[in-house]
Amino acid sequence: MTALLSISDLSVRYRRDGVEVPALKGISLDVLAGERLAIIGESGSGKSTLALAVAGLLARGAKIGGRVDWFLPASAGAKAPLSVLPDISPSRGEIGSSAAGSLLATSKIGEGGDRQLISPLEGEMSGRTEGGATERLLLMPGGNTPRLGGDIGFVFQDPSSSLDPVMPVGKQIAEVARTHLNLSWPQAYAKAATLLERVRLPDPDTALRAYPHQLSGGQKQRVAVAAAIAAGPKLLIADEATSALDTIVQAEIVSLIRRLVSEDGMTMLFISHDIALAATLADRIAVLRHGELVEFGETGQILNAPRHAYTRSLLAAHLGLEAEPLLDRQGASA
Amino acid sequence: MNRLRRFLRTPEAVAGAIILALLVVMALAAPLLFPGDPQAIAGPALLPPFQAWSLPLGTDRLGRDVLAELFHGARTSLAVGLAAAAAALLIGTVVGTLAGFAGGLADEVLMRITDAFQTVPGFLLALAFVSIVGPSLGVVVAAIALSGWTGPARVARAEVLSIRERDYVAGARVIGMHPLEIAFREVLPNALPPVLALSSVIVAAAILTEAALSFLGLGDPNRVTWGGMIAEGRTVLRTAPFLSIVPGVALVLTVLGVYLTGEGVVEGTAVRRSLS
Amino acid sequence: MSMLAVSSLAKRYHRGGKPFAAVDDVSFEIGPAETLALAGPSGSGKSTIARLVLRLTEPDAGRIAFEGADFLALSGAALRARRARLQMVFQDPLAAFNPRATVARVLDDPLRIHNIASRAERPRRIAALLERVGLDANLATRAVHEISGGQRQRVAIARAIATQPSLIVLDEAVSALDVSVRGQILELLLDLQRQERIAYLFISHDLGVIRAVAHRVIILDAGRIAESGDARAVIADPQSAIGKALVAATPRLTRNRP
Repeated sequence: MTALLSISDLSVRYRRDGVEVPALKGISLDVLAGERLAIIGESGSGKSTLALAVAGLLARGAKIGGRVDWFLPASAGAKAPLSVLPDISPSRGEIGSSAAGSLLATSKIGEGGDRQLISPLEGEMSGRTEGGATERLLLMPGGNTPRLGGDIGFVFQDPSSSLDPVMPVGKQIAEVARTHLNLSWPQAYAKAATLLERVRLPDPDTALRAYPHQLSGGQKQRVAVAAAIAAGPKLLIADEATSALDTIVQAEIVSLIRRLVSEDGMTMLFISHDIALAATLADRIAVLRHGELVEFGETGQILNAPRHAYTRSLLAAHLGLEAEPLLDRQGASA
Repeated sequence: MNRLRRFLRTPEAVAGAIILALLVVMALAAPLLFPGDPQAIAGPALLPPFQAWSLPLGTDRLGRDVLAELFHGARTSLAVGLAAAAAALLIGTVVGTLAGFAGGLADEVLMRITDAFQTVPGFLLALAFVSIVGPSLGVVVAAIALSGWTGPARVARAEVLSIRERDYVAGARVIGMHPLEIAFREVLPNALPPVLALSSVIVAAAILTEAALSFLGLGDPNRVTWGGMIAEGRTVLRTAPFLSIVPGVALVLTVLGVYLTGEGVVEGTAVRRSLS
Repeated sequence: MSMLAVSSLAKRYHRGGKPFAAVDDVSFEIGPAETLALAGPSGSGKSTIARLVLRLTEPDAGRIAFEGADFLALSGAALRARRARLQMVFQDPLAAFNPRATVARVLDDPLRIHNIASRAERPRRIAALLERVGLDANLATRAVHEISGGQRQRVAIARAIATQPSLIVLDEAVSALDVSVRGQILELLLDLQRQERIAYLFISHDLGVIRAVAHRVIILDAGRIAESGDARAVIADPQSAIGKALVAATPRLTRNRP
């Protein structure tokens, strides 16, 4: 399989109260086209930062090092041929954009000139670079890079805050379709209705005109998923998308995502704190801890033969329906 | 420390703080620089400003030193403004907290009283109060507070209504805390920030109300006030406009300083909130 | 003998003008040192029952007997005094404490209110409570927002046990914690139960957690009891539709053991 995107030596640091806090420390991993990759970790592991970095959504103050290279088909991402951007500081990494069909692009992909090498994070900001340059490099220049909403769909944890409370949900979905697929409003609304049907919202025609507060938590998250896939993205990122839901609704949303990803041939990044939930969905699992990648492998290998002690402790801490109850362990030791 | 730094970064706030600092210095220095009675006659009547070294801002109709009056007037303006605003904020916060926390009948009664006060123009209320009780410093403070507490009461109540549903209030009930302790120790301190954001508006309004009362002759007759000075100068507005202009400018600068400082404080805390 | 006996409890709310039953004819008992779990999807009435039992919300109908006395008959000072025996731990410990509080103040309040220790004696009692829940006594001077989530939940437990209660309501008390911390907190709760004979009303949406710590479980659906019984038996073989759905929806680690 070929890579959809390649993360190399990615570091992110936030400034908090004048102190720099590292969120990610030199993460390198490839996301293969069409795979379902789970990123798991506990709070402070950097899993959400990784998701945001891939989507180009990091806060402006964040300092970024390393690079994220995209390998998108020419038809999808770029409209104009890329120009080679000036190399700011070669010693600390390279600018990841290059002309279509250039040696770098073809050699990296190995498939030929119909693909382009694109980097939304054409930066490598270590602490030595000061000021505005850091922030500028966080912006994704339009047309040359994967577009959020167009090439990347993002589902957040809390649909109540990711959906606009004063806009009918149909319009929110239609807006994504209209912006990224160049549809007229009637076409976009028709697309939105189809999407609401695809995410199995009961009575999609009524739902089109509903406001978020009229829907349940699970229904809102279905709408958020519909909006995320409206433009037919290559990559769907779900950042703790089911954590705020109860067990039954969580299972429904996970199976919905699984179905949509396989129907549309999307690549999936599933960010979760729950290793068991991640394992039900993912082909591969990356385990993060304190901003470092501690283990990365096939789901079966992670579950059955974890190499890192931390992965083993996460598996041991899982309280499943088959595990020995703590109550008994306590009773035995008493 | 951080808050102070952020405050100092906004130029308006710095300007406001400088104005206020100057006023405070004026008020504090008044008895030192002008130890005598500022209402005593100091020279010839209606001396224009910048004519005599000893009377740099000239004299009024009765030959009183305008600069001395200005300094002593700063004392009255600041003292009355701050005391009245503090009283208004205190009454308003207590009423609002009780209404919001108790709910039910107590809320109804307290809020209808608040409505009653708000439907009468505040200045009219203060005017009536001073006319009946008679002008003195304490009465003027009470009159201004009486006309200004309704705003803080409403803001405090709205904030308390949202805070009382929080888990930590339920937690305080679960450990058996007395409702009054919950209201004033747990809820009120967390409801204060938006009320305090109102304080600059209230202080400014109190200073203006005090000036207006004095202008109408309802200030404390034993004290120099800027409002009284403007009223004094009114009769000779054509021949000696400076008598009204000098205290008028002082009043404008004071209100401006209070507003700008208040804005700076609000902005400083707002940034802090959005960061946390 | 039951510690808490709830019978025919009912609570209605109005949503959009229409009344709906948040809790409808719910009865159960909890014995000393027993853990009864309430499970169910969101909106099934779990948290409303917790609030009713704690007298944070008044029921429309039903009876609550706590330690043999009519709990609903109490009011004012008598109710506040009895609250010492019936405590609660919330899901989000950050929201459960006054944002301006220090750890010491959080623990000082119950000791002061119930006259458990004199002013001079309280710092020592606070240190002992912190140590009892596995925290360093030096933590007392820290603000609650400065400490980690796991530490905060331990402080919440220390506050709950400060008045030596016979029953603690745990409302999703471990749901917001990292898995590694969650195990430690559950161990602490079980240890306290064994040592102090505390009963728990354990509210959770997670059947895995319930199975690990609860003796009995009640599965709720739309405010009514769908089924109840021995926690492991119910989870192993649920009879109600909602019970079956909850078990089916719980993620499993399907590890192929060699």
